[in-house]
Amino acid sequence: MFLINCPFCGEREQSEFKAGGEAHIVRPKQPTELSDDEWAEYLFMRKNIKGVQFERWNHIHGCRKWFNMVRDTSNDQIKAVYKMGEKPPVK
Amino acid sequence: MKNKYSIFSLIKNAFSYHENWEKAWKDPAPKKEYEAVIIGGGGHGLATAYYLAKKHNMKNIAVVEKGWIGGGNTGRNTTIIRSNYLWDASAGLYDHALKIWEGLSQELNYNVMFSQRGVMNLAHNLQDVRDLKRRTHANRLNGIDAVYLNTEEVKKFCPIINTSPNIRYPVLGGTLQRRAGTARHDAVAWGYARGADEMGVDIIQNCEVKGIKRIGDCVEGIETTKGFIKTKKIGVVAAGHSSVIANMAGLKLPLESKPLQALVSEPVKPIIDTVVMSNAVHAYVSQSDKGELVIGAGTDDYVSYSQKGSHDIVEGTLNAILELYPIFSRMRMLRQWGGIVDICPDASPIISKTSIKGLYFNCGWGTGGFKATPGSGDLFAHTIANDEPHKLNAAFNINRFVSGDLVDEHGAAAVAH
Repeated sequence: MFLINCPFCGEREQSEFKAGGEAHIVRPKQPTELSDDEWAEYLFMRKNIKGVQFERWNHIHGCRKWFNMVRDTSNDQIKAVYKMGEKPPVK
Repeated sequence: MKNKYSIFSLIKNAFSYHENWEKAWKDPAPKKEYEAVIIGGGGHGLATAYYLAKKHNMKNIAVVEKGWIGGGNTGRNTTIIRSNYLWDASAGLYDHALKIWEGLSQELNYNVMFSQRGVMNLAHNLQDVRDLKRRTHANRLNGIDAVYLNTEEVKKFCPIINTSPNIRYPVLGGTLQRRAGTARHDAVAWGYARGADEMGVDIIQNCEVKGIKRIGDCVEGIETTKGFIKTKKIGVVAAGHSSVIANMAGLKLPLESKPLQALVSEPVKPIIDTVVMSNAVHAYVSQSDKGELVIGAGTDDYVSYSQKGSHDIVEGTLNAILELYPIFSRMRMLRQWGGIVDICPDASPIISKTSIKGLYFNCGWGTGGFKATPGSGDLFAHTIANDEPHKLNAAFNINRFVSGDLVDEHGAAAVAH
């Protein structure tokens, strides 16, 4: 349980949000050209990092907008929150 | 040869105030090289080592464990054992495990307190009823015992359930697997450890894996906090930390690690003599031999290794428990905890070879790995020893995510994952 600083609404309880998994997985530009291995990589394979991870979240019980988050998955500390399309503020 | 546990050994040791029991397993320093090394000293890892030694005659093997054996998810789960899965591949896998459970205490000479008290799964809406009936038929076709119960039969089997039609999610029926039940989770790890140790397996605790050494596409050994260990075969059974080990070898797995919570109440007199699970409201409850209610909640939806879950998950589960069992309204909860479970996109496990020769993974058990412990160990040992899967775990290979031949138990199994 932690607080999330929604870039649109401000600080709210985590239970208002839905996690959307790993961020910055780019949708294939030409899906028809993809091999089975590339599809598997895009659809299923995840870094699942123990440590600092980039992820997507949605404020489903609030503004219902998607945004990105940098979070340490080993202790749930949030390093940064930024809007979709923006560059991650921390490495 | 270890001394056999029996009523006579119990009496004999009573005379020396139980101070001279032989150690159940040794605490050896790692050797320089092993035929195979298992990473992870939980139930699945220890069972793998046990069956490698027993059935495949591989005695020069080690189990390396970061903490202490059985201290991870083996000690954190709600101990439910059942095999009423929908798909043929899953039914084969889990019923293989259930059959081993039925003779496990005798085989290990260690009482794992396997109790076939039955597992009942409730239906709360028309779709649940259809799904559960379908699953009952599928189970029977696969030789797995299953019966469908109507509301009155559910009430008769477990009288404390509130079957009033006026509750938010009324009980419309349920399924019952009588061969299902519970076991003592610690005893499973300890029993397998004792059995493996007796056959010469080195169980090395407080030994964290720091790296996997490869030469080309073959494994060469592991770097640990107790030094380098050379081996040609590595079996990874690291549950929530499987991706961490995979990253060391330069592999990516289709896993996400999430917190799963459980809680137990204060101990009370016997009140519920079975296991009741409810898919739609995600609450399940049983009573331990100590008298505590053992309650399982769902997973959080975000990746976390923190072993803490969110409060609202527990709250939702307890809401459901209270509506189904108003008699528990004044029970106090004693402990709550979280474990980290590794979940596959199809909610089925991976017991498989990988693209790296000599590296094997047994992971992705998600929220329901405990029930499979003996079967998982047996099949993983077969896979490691023969470098080929057994026919029962062939469907659970890692390539199914490329071929698309998934074993989709998400929502199809007896409880939502």
